[in-house]
Amino acid sequence: MGSLVAFFPHLLLATLEGLVTSAVLALTALGLSLVFGVMRIVNVAHGEFFMLGAVLAWAITTTLTGHPALGFAIALVLSPLIVGAIAWIAERLVLRRIEYNPEATIVATIGLLYIIQQLALTFYGPEARPVTPPFNYRIQLPWFGYSGYKLSIIAASALLLLATWFVLTRTRIGLIMRATQYDRETALAFGIPVGRVYGAVFALGAMLAAIAAVLIVPIQQAHYLMGLDPLLLSFIVVIIGGLGSLRGTVIAALLIGVSDGIISVFFSPTLAKIIATLVVAMVLVFRPQGLFGTATK
Amino acid sequence: MSGDGTTTKVYALHGAVIAVLVALNFVLPEYHHGVLARVLVLAVFAMGYNLLFGYVGLLSLGHAMFFSAGLYGAGLPLYHLGWGVVPAFAGGIGAGFTVSLFIGLLALRTSGVAFMIVTMMFAQVFYLTTLYFGEWTRGDEGLVLQQHTRRIALGSETLDLTNPATRYLMAVALFAATLFATLAIVRSRHGRVLVAIRENEERTKMLGYDTFANKLAAVVTSGVICAAAGAAYALLFGYVGSTFASVQYSILPLLWVLLGGAATTLGPLLGTLFMYYVVDITSGYTSAYMLVVGAMLILLVLWFRKGVLGTVRERWLRWLP
Repeated sequence: MGSLVAFFPHLLLATLEGLVTSAVLALTALGLSLVFGVMRIVNVAHGEFFMLGAVLAWAITTTLTGHPALGFAIALVLSPLIVGAIAWIAERLVLRRIEYNPEATIVATIGLLYIIQQLALTFYGPEARPVTPPFNYRIQLPWFGYSGYKLSIIAASALLLLATWFVLTRTRIGLIMRATQYDRETALAFGIPVGRVYGAVFALGAMLAAIAAVLIVPIQQAHYLMGLDPLLLSFIVVIIGGLGSLRGTVIAALLIGVSDGIISVFFSPTLAKIIATLVVAMVLVFRPQGLFGTATK
Repeated sequence: MSGDGTTTKVYALHGAVIAVLVALNFVLPEYHHGVLARVLVLAVFAMGYNLLFGYVGLLSLGHAMFFSAGLYGAGLPLYHLGWGVVPAFAGGIGAGFTVSLFIGLLALRTSGVAFMIVTMMFAQVFYLTTLYFGEWTRGDEGLVLQQHTRRIALGSETLDLTNPATRYLMAVALFAATLFATLAIVRSRHGRVLVAIRENEERTKMLGYDTFANKLAAVVTSGVICAAAGAAYALLFGYVGSTFASVQYSILPLLWVLLGGAATTLGPLLGTLFMYYVVDITSGYTSAYMLVVGAMLILLVLWFRKGVLGTVRERWLRWLP
């Protein structure tokens, strides 16, 4: 009985940590999923947009003097905008010219991954650097105190996901995006500027990753190699959730984030990653449409 | 591909390449001698990748797993169990065969982008496993195979793999064996079926070919060649580390093959050689070699999709295999 009482706070803590991971993961994976859903391409450089968001957040908050909350708020707006602009330029200059050929896109985005990584290493350096959180309020639970900032990440992510859902399903822009996703040729025939939609969607996907990175960077330092984990985890989430499904992405992010949090508390993090990656590879092999998706074609 | 004239030309060309490589053993300065030995082993890795990517059209991002299966399959028994060089090499190939058969059976259930993601994930699992068993593999730090363990006793003679000339000639031997094996495969019936699968899998299936069996055979052959390269790397250069299992080493053969020319027998060598020197020379001026790799990849897909030998074949030498 005593062990059970001691066990509960551990589990609660692991779940809370898992929810924070899920919140960030859902945003990142949603970006990848949108790009795949609408443009039918895999963006291997997605994790680097995440990394760039975090590094830019560090650069902006350290340049600006004044209250940390102000600098952070500016970073939260500016950093995704810069990342979105870079993604948009890459889309216009490279992806458009190779006509979104799936294999060529993979190679080109791998190239992009290396370029962004190298630029970050050259201009930002090999160190991991922290960003001051906008506020340091601790919420006192009966068993332990918990960072109010971490809880605010969950709230911010939920708000952003709701906003994305609203845009996708209730606005004209969302309608245009869904039309392009559903049938590119017909959308073109109806006068939808498919090329511009692609550019915008690619930028939007990168911006979602950058927002997620800015949110997480006060608790997880910025580093030029931090992009690989979010990329693999986003692949995992998008696959489990079914490609292009917003609901599936959120559910899968919760599933992966919380189970990762819990497994990491009780087992070695490397083992947790091995198991998760293996399970997902098997899902993709035996149920390619994902756990929540329905078979296409 | 028609007439005996082309067959003669093809074998003469490949024979000449091997002859030049052997001759270089006696004229190259020490530094470039060492570099070329390394490039030849990595070119074998690229040839293994090319078999699957170039001829079957399957884009894998997991070949670091096959290379490092050979690396660890040879290195671990030699280091921990005191195996000799020859059984260790066989161990590396055996490991590559087992892993590629297993991965092929699973991953070939998918195609296209899903195949890339699945192979990448299995390779990531393999990489993390090498880190997890750090007690035996020492993870990123790796194992150094002692000089005295890397010798083959041939009667009264010993073949010392740490001797630069021996090492170089062994690398050439492995390269030549792989080159002629690839040549034989792509000129065989099986090779033609593989190209047919790349061009149109449904139609090939309709013609009565078992495309799954052919693809599986290609994955295993490709995996075994890459494992042979990995095992040779461990034995010739004496280092076994998990860096070789990381995703970077799945991307590099893709780059080498694209640059040299996918679906050409000599392209992988050309691409590996060129990239090795580009990185080597640029790292003399700047540490930004990743920028070079990234820019090369993008420039290749934008304007030079067929690579060097692919373009040469298209414009001038139609008979190039």
